[in-house]
Amino acid sequence: MKNVIMLEGDKMIIRVGEDLDHHVTKELKENIDAMVDKGIVRNIAFDFSTTGFMDSAGIGLIMGRYKKISPLGGEISIVGTNPAIERIIRISGIHKIIRMELVK
Amino acid sequence: MRDRMKLEFDSRSSNESFARVTVASFVVRLDPTLEEISDIKTAVSGAVTNCVVHGYENREGIITIQCYIEENEITIIVEDKGVGIEDVEKAMEPLYTTKPNEERAGMGFSFMEIFMDSLLVESKPGEGTRVTMKKKIDRK
Ligand SMILES: Nc1ncnc2c1ncn2[C@@H]1O[C@H](COP(=O)(O)OP(=O)(O)O)[C@@H](O)[C@H]1O
Ligand SMILES: [Mg+2]
Repeated sequence: MKNVIMLEGDKMIIRVGEDLDHHVTKELKENIDAMVDKGIVRNIAFDFSTTGFMDSAGIGLIMGRYKKISPLGGEISIVGTNPAIERIIRISGIHKIIRMELVK
Repeated sequence: MRDRMKLEFDSRSSNESFARVTVASFVVRLDPTLEEISDIKTAVSGAVTNCVVHGYENREGIITIQCYIEENEITIIVEDKGVGIEDVEKAMEPLYTTKPNEERAGMGFSFMEIFMDSLLVESKPGEGTRVTMKKKIDRK
């Protein structure tokens, strides 16, 4: 399944597909950064409700977007996680810099 | 139980999911938990991505994966014949990356260490890199 991108004002909501790995992050990164560079997007929400797998490349993508939008006053939030995704996020330590809305 | 398999495929990012899913389905005979499967997938994905991104630097090459099952332990060997690593100890430090502008988190080796029981990295500059990971699957 593909990533689905939605806009809500200056917030970009990314419904991440089945996997967030290096293969997927390459294209996703370009799509996000184009919108941020045009000044359309300031805040980013990653929705993991339909995602089963994420590895260190996914963490790299989130960290990279954080570095890009936080100087502009933007925020990263994460919604719809499951135990597998939450484990990776916690072990990586990025939950300290992003807002996580835990569903369960 | 003893069992083994070998996979050989082109270095391409689209093969990252193929590799981790194939290894995971080989391990299923040890009756792992969902968490153990997820751990193995994360480790394999990191090792294979490193071959694609660093070993072959997105150029052509062949990646080999060998898996051995002995009793309740899985051994996974991921190998490339790419550029190799100058200083392995340094490369394994958390957050260390030689490609920061490509937004590597530098957590690949750390995740392999955390999610597997053991990790061995052998490399020679100009010859390639071999990563050996082991994990015991607890019998329930
Ligand atoms: N297969 C490989 N071939 C060559 N260099 C590698 C390989 N795997 C890892 N490295 C080196 O080790 C560093 C750390 O790897 P890793 O922890 O996975 O972080 P990242 O992939 O995010 O850079 C890499 O930046 C690279 O310099
Ligand atoms: Mg890596």
